[in-house]
Amino acid sequence: MFTARNKGRIAMTATVVGAALALAGCASGDPLEPGTDPDAGGSSETIVIGSQAYYSNEIIAEIYAQALEEAGFEVERNFNIGQRDAYIPAIEAGEVDLFPEYTGNLLQFYVPDTTATAEDEVYEELQGALPEGLQVLDQSSATDQDSYNVTAEFAEANGLESIADLAGVEGLILGGNPELAERPYGPAGLEEVYGVTVEFQATGETTVESLLEGVVNIANVYSADPRIGENDLVTLDDPEGLFLASNVVPVASADLSQDAIDVVNEVSAALTAEGLVSLNVQSTVDQLSAAEIAEGWLEENGFLG
Amino acid sequence: MNLFLEAIAWIVEPANWQGSGSIPVRIGEHLFYTVLAVLAASAVAVPLGWLIGHTGKGREIAVGISGAARALPSFGLLFLFVMIAGVLLRGPSAVLVLVLLAIPPILAGAYAGLEVIDRRVIDAARAMGMTEWQILWRVEVPLGLPLLMGGLRSGTLQVVATAVLAAFVNLGGLGLPIVEGIALRDYDRMLGAAILIIALALLLDALFAVLERYAVPRGVRARRAPELRTTAPRRRAAADTPATT
Repeated sequence: MFTARNKGRIAMTATVVGAALALAGCASGDPLEPGTDPDAGGSSETIVIGSQAYYSNEIIAEIYAQALEEAGFEVERNFNIGQRDAYIPAIEAGEVDLFPEYTGNLLQFYVPDTTATAEDEVYEELQGALPEGLQVLDQSSATDQDSYNVTAEFAEANGLESIADLAGVEGLILGGNPELAERPYGPAGLEEVYGVTVEFQATGETTVESLLEGVVNIANVYSADPRIGENDLVTLDDPEGLFLASNVVPVASADLSQDAIDVVNEVSAALTAEGLVSLNVQSTVDQLSAAEIAEGWLEENGFLG
Repeated sequence: MNLFLEAIAWIVEPANWQGSGSIPVRIGEHLFYTVLAVLAASAVAVPLGWLIGHTGKGREIAVGISGAARALPSFGLLFLFVMIAGVLLRGPSAVLVLVLLAIPPILAGAYAGLEVIDRRVIDAARAMGMTEWQILWRVEVPLGLPLLMGGLRSGTLQVVATAVLAAFVNLGGLGLPIVEGIALRDYDRMLGAAILIIALALLLDALFAVLERYAVPRGVRARRAPELRTTAPRRRAAADTPATT
């Protein structure tokens, strides 16, 4: 518990700092317009790998990095850049060559009103939605997406298995990050797709604790979060596809060499949903560093030696 | 400039002034935490400051502790408290963080106000047969009031700026539109909320500026006016505390 919260806090601090840096970084012209210097970044030999300010994302980035190093590539790590708003401009400007992303969330970034929710639909639409100069490599079967969770007691008391079962339950309070209030899968989507009426609370980093303490009774937690298992939470099924499928997918600059692409695709093929949760557990519970976790995973999956 | 216009448009948008998460509600939450924290900090810092100023004892300790308290990072402290106390006590935790932030300037204002009084005035009061309580209430407190107001002013400003953190633990306030704005890439909302916080800070500052004027005892004001130049800068220097956030 302690460590999980700790991670969240660090991640959030980094988010805030990252966002601030991103905003402060572009001094000239419109401060919110991404810098588009065509010569920026090294697309030649060194592969610059970035990551979000999210521990799980950093582990995946580290796996890409070590796998590429093992294959003889020069790698530069530019981790913990921040959230999507902070790093997408950097990727588009060519300052970062490779970045672990999530199909659904990235698609929603480029196409906010997308209707695709199924895995392959999302992946297909994403390929068309990316700006020139960017490509997505093969998607992995590992997902890390928004999900609605309730405590085991609450699920039992109300006979809950899927989000649809929430319809008619009184006094539902949904907790999540502040922006969930306006996401398509937030309170409005719940009402529209499932006819479920909820009150919303911006629990942010305290979402899981708020659920356990009964401040809220539904919590939006990422599906690969180890705390779902640790706290015996019940993830509600989403038969109507309220949430976009969000598989781990590498975003790369278009001029990444085919050899490098092959290496990363092999990594994606080997990364599974259970594997991702166990990577996260090693970070939040076992307190291992991203480098150690990545090395262990690569060894296990036969990438090293 | 366009960005500012859009932020202003966000502020004046009628839809943002209605409903459960409207601007007035956020301003209310923000002010509530600010007022509560400043009052609680005053309840601790003012009597303590007067005690130190009146007796002249414990000044080094108070300066040391309040100086150290200023270096505490409020953001980290907030999560530490919420982690220890649990999310059910997140409200008191957040207010406690703000109280710790407001104590140093108020404490400094309270004891500095008493400290800068001409010793001869107090000696005269004592010579007239005033008890220690009478000296405190009738001489020291009125004369020290302008500097105390300065301390309250500085503390309030720091708290109103830092109350933004409440949004991170589900407590709302004007920080919430900023946090939402970051995630939603809605810069109008972020800037709009920032402008509102600045406006709120300026408003409170103006209020305290007026109070500070009226806090000067009438007799002192009339007599001091011509020599204000020679005494004022030193007095102010003692009260105005540098912002740490």
